[in-house]
Amino acid sequence: MKIDASKPLEYSTEENSNKIFGFWVFLGAEIALFATLFTVYLVMVNRFASGPSGPEIFEIGPVLYETFLLLSSSFTIGLAVHAMRHGYKKAMMVFIGITLLMGLAFAGIEVMEFLTYIHEGATLQTSGFLSSLFVLLGTHGAHVSFGLLWGGAILIQLWRQGINPATANKTFIFSLYWHFLDIVWIFIFSFVYLKGLM
Amino acid sequence: MDFERFKVHGEPLIYGAMISIALATIGIIIGLTYFKKWGYLWREWLTTVDHKRIGVMYILAALLMLFRGGVDAMMMRLQTAAPEMKFLDAQHYNEVFTTHGLIMILFMAMPFIIGLMNVIVPLQIGARDVAFPRLNAVSFWLFFFGAMLLNISFVIGGSPDAGWSAYFPLASLEFSPTVGNNYYSLALQISGIGTLLTGVNFIVTILKMRAPGMKLMKMPMFIWSALLTNVIIVFAFPVLTVALALMMFDRLFGSQFFTMSNGGMDMLWANLFWVWGHPEVYIVILPAFGIYSEIIATFSKKNLYGYTSMVFSMVIISLLSFLVWAHHFYTMGQGAMVNGFFSITTMAIAVPTGVKIFNWLFTLRKGRITFTTPMLYTLAFIPIFTIGGVTGVMLAMASADYQYHNTMFLVAHFHYVLIPGAVFAVIAGFHYWFPKVFGFRLNDRLGRHAFWWIAISFNVTFFPLFLLGLMGMTRRTYTYSAETGFGPLNSLSFVGAVGLCIGFVILVYNIYWSTRYMPKDTNGDPWDGRTLEWATNSPIPAYNFAIVPKVQTRDAFWTSKVDNIPLFEEKITKIHMPSNTGKPFIMGVIFFIFGFSMVFSLWIPAILAAVGIVIVMATMSFDRDHGFYISAEEVIATEKKLRGETV
Amino acid sequence: MNKKGPLYVLFLSLVFLLPGCSSLTVLNPKGPAARTISDTIILSILVMLGVLAVVYILYIFILVKYRAKKSNEGYVPPHEEGNKWLEALWIAIPIIIVAFLSVITVKTTSAVENVPADYKNQTPLVIYASSSNWKWHFSYPEEGIETVNYVNIPTHRPIEFRMYSFGTITSLWIPQLAGQKYAMSNMLTKLNLVADSEGSFIGKNANFSGRGFAYMEFETLAMNTKAYDDWVKEVKETAPALTEEEFKSLLAMEHLGRKTYSSTHLTFSPPPADHGEMNSEDGMDMDMDNGSMEHQDNTKIHPSPAPASETEFDSVPNPELDEPVPTSAVEEHTHDSN
Repeated sequence: MKIDASKPLEYSTEENSNKIFGFWVFLGAEIALFATLFTVYLVMVNRFASGPSGPEIFEIGPVLYETFLLLSSSFTIGLAVHAMRHGYKKAMMVFIGITLLMGLAFAGIEVMEFLTYIHEGATLQTSGFLSSLFVLLGTHGAHVSFGLLWGGAILIQLWRQGINPATANKTFIFSLYWHFLDIVWIFIFSFVYLKGLM
Repeated sequence: MDFERFKVHGEPLIYGAMISIALATIGIIIGLTYFKKWGYLWREWLTTVDHKRIGVMYILAALLMLFRGGVDAMMMRLQTAAPEMKFLDAQHYNEVFTTHGLIMILFMAMPFIIGLMNVIVPLQIGARDVAFPRLNAVSFWLFFFGAMLLNISFVIGGSPDAGWSAYFPLASLEFSPTVGNNYYSLALQISGIGTLLTGVNFIVTILKMRAPGMKLMKMPMFIWSALLTNVIIVFAFPVLTVALALMMFDRLFGSQFFTMSNGGMDMLWANLFWVWGHPEVYIVILPAFGIYSEIIATFSKKNLYGYTSMVFSMVIISLLSFLVWAHHFYTMGQGAMVNGFFSITTMAIAVPTGVKIFNWLFTLRKGRITFTTPMLYTLAFIPIFTIGGVTGVMLAMASADYQYHNTMFLVAHFHYVLIPGAVFAVIAGFHYWFPKVFGFRLNDRLGRHAFWWIAISFNVTFFPLFLLGLMGMTRRTYTYSAETGFGPLNSLSFVGAVGLCIGFVILVYNIYWSTRYMPKDTNGDPWDGRTLEWATNSPIPAYNFAIVPKVQTRDAFWTSKVDNIPLFEEKITKIHMPSNTGKPFIMGVIFFIFGFSMVFSLWIPAILAAVGIVIVMATMSFDRDHGFYISAEEVIATEKKLRGETV
Repeated sequence: MNKKGPLYVLFLSLVFLLPGCSSLTVLNPKGPAARTISDTIILSILVMLGVLAVVYILYIFILVKYRAKKSNEGYVPPHEEGNKWLEALWIAIPIIIVAFLSVITVKTTSAVENVPADYKNQTPLVIYASSSNWKWHFSYPEEGIETVNYVNIPTHRPIEFRMYSFGTITSLWIPQLAGQKYAMSNMLTKLNLVADSEGSFIGKNANFSGRGFAYMEFETLAMNTKAYDDWVKEVKETAPALTEEEFKSLLAMEHLGRKTYSSTHLTFSPPPADHGEMNSEDGMDMDMDNGSMEHQDNTKIHPSPAPASETEFDSVPNPELDEPVPTSAVEEHTHDSN
């Protein structure tokens, strides 16, 4: 395998640079996916029938925690990639670890949020609005949860193999994924919660 | 557990199908065991990551599905051949036309196209494989097991019965209480994920792995069409993913997306479906345009006329394909303004398509045209597809569509587009590239026979449907009375369908006959081709090209032959190859189990299967297999052997 | 291409097989809306035949002239990049054709979406057409009568069908009078038409709706004003009133013969609100604004398979329906209500 030393480690082989490009293309598909979900949500947002509407169930508190956690974790995954470029394995692993912990906390709060809604009688089956809300948030949450497993797997590989073209490449792609989820969250925060609370 | 819901009752036809499936399966198992082929099958095919073999498997699966969809079609034509036929009942007929549509579009046309792309794209761009060979295997097995999941529906639990467009509320639990539409949502989802991954894979392959010197505007037309198709896949399939997920939530978990109460909205489904559904049509048509462009250039011995405008017309078609979805439901009451907009965008597609037709005609002009089997299909495509195209413009006119919508006129139109546009193309491509993959040509005489049967019978089958539509016959009607006067034209159409059947039988017989009797091609270039795939040996060695070609012109191989520009200049060195892996296959199997469990709401197996999928993905991530090398000596020996020289 | 010959012979024979133009229902209109569409279709066919002719002539000429034959053995085809002007030509001409057809389309579409031009000064007769399972219910709020699986209309008077569905999406289609339009559960759609000659025209559901779809037809009887008025009078006197119980049992049935009633179901089961797109006279846009409160009311009494349980309506029925409560005159009649 040819390693091109002039490029960053994660881009150093042809396979690596293809994988990064491929992941960008995949993110294109993810954008289409979330765009569709947002469209569905916007169509359904006022169709709450006899169930509660957004303003009646949204609480700003947990949402702010979620936002804070996810935005910060986007920052720490950036730090992890930065550490990786300098070859600091330990720092890199610590930052990935912090990222995953914050992701876990985010997922935890989201689960609590869902349980609160369900407790209040706002379930997937209640109305078109709630169906679309749960599916939009749930899809994002499922992405975060999948990211936790994925990040965990990368962490184990880093621990075993150290920083090499393969692990660097995986970490970098994972960081793209994580930033993407962060951006999706910003949209959710603005178009679901802020708009709903206004 | 209640086993009753797994059963499908009633029809001797279905029992017959069950028995024949069981017998065929037993036959295959016995055959494989007797000839000791299990190991061969596993090592060489089920675990392969070679784009050529994956392509061949795609095409085999597509041929199988062509047979299945064809049987469905014959049953429909027979049931409507005369007034008040008693061959199928309404429910069975509904299932048959639903699966016919799904199978022909998603499990026949698209995999056939993707199969040809798999075989040809890396060769035409001078690459050793696709960008992600393992992902490619994952794509195939997801497609394959998705297709199998849909196919078992007619013997286990019942097939989807709400039409391939599965409009809500008809497709809801309330109006379609069988598991049929659960199969729909899961089988399409699984194979759809496979298709999406194919899209990513081929975009990277085409944009990053072209031979040195092959600038974008020097790519063969088929590569352009493949690139644009995959871009459409990447942006259209996520919409299907969402639509199917919402459908699944509505049917399995009681959500309220498309329901009639609690704020649900049935029109949302129609919109989501067609936002994917219309680009889907171009996913199967654009590569066909690419295939035809290659074949026309080869057999008129001329370069493609108006290359630049050909490329731009495809780009414009791709863009427009996302802006026309509402023409599938002008009659939904969105008013004259909205319909006017979609009429204009739809008709606008006729302009770039017309450009392509004229460019093809002018490629033929001043050429020296030989009528080989692939060329015959291509030449038949032009006049027949033009009928499909002009009726498309007629349908695009919203006011007129109020009368064509939901009638046989529409059915005639899209068969006039899809059969010459996609089916003729894949058959032409199949005949054209067959010698590349297998090292011998299909017999031309048998090929012509099959062609004339198919081309003429096609028109006999589908032209009467235009008239039936104007007579007021609605589509998806399982029977009609004699007073309607629909009888004679439907009978004629059935006669045509029988002719089509005969044509396809000859086509398949030709494969058998040619395998036994056709002589080997020795130089790898039986048609005097123009593009890079003809520059390597046939059958193609695992590494495709012993030396990576250097490209200077559009028809790189042609100019290398005519102007003596050398393609291969470097020395043969060792070649890196990816290793085979069984994980994609295993993943496909688990996805199948997952899908099946979800269809029947068997939650525990479904959760176990989901965990299994994650575990397989994890093991793929932990895999540290970096492939292997074929030594330079071995490459040289293989090359000599393939050229018929003694080692 | 001598072998193309049989193909065209076949095409021609197909045309002769046509049992005359009159059996092409769509091209045999009996009202201005259908006539507009029929004219549009014929015009588009003529334009398209022109396009086909150009392509076919070029095609045949090129194939005949440039096919490989003994006489041109050794001929080496030239390399041609293309030709700006020729390519511009076959971009420009299709654009002109498409532009022409676009204008036609926009004009005719808005023509058939509205009351036909010659009848604009008359107030349309409103008929609510609703589908359930594989039946059609026709409610005449003005007259206060309701029919099942047949509809009688006066000639030379604009009719405004307002469609909705108690279930799957269906499509009301009377090919000789107008194009079709969907009937859906949560949106009211409108179809304007006029019959300008008397007669019986077949109407059907054009949109696949499940098992009984093939039999979902109804008769449209266009009669002169006098005959129509007589019929209305007769129904008012003889037909039974449509009770809520009766209506629920009608909805539950899969198929049904003809039925006639002297009151409508609209009062106790209001239709969904109008779509915002078309100018709704009542100005109620509840459907667009909140969770479509009212349509869920009429779907609550939805037929199979869920048993119709309760019929409590908490929202105000569409006020428009309370309009004219016609008084009945007494007269002789023998209309079959079966």
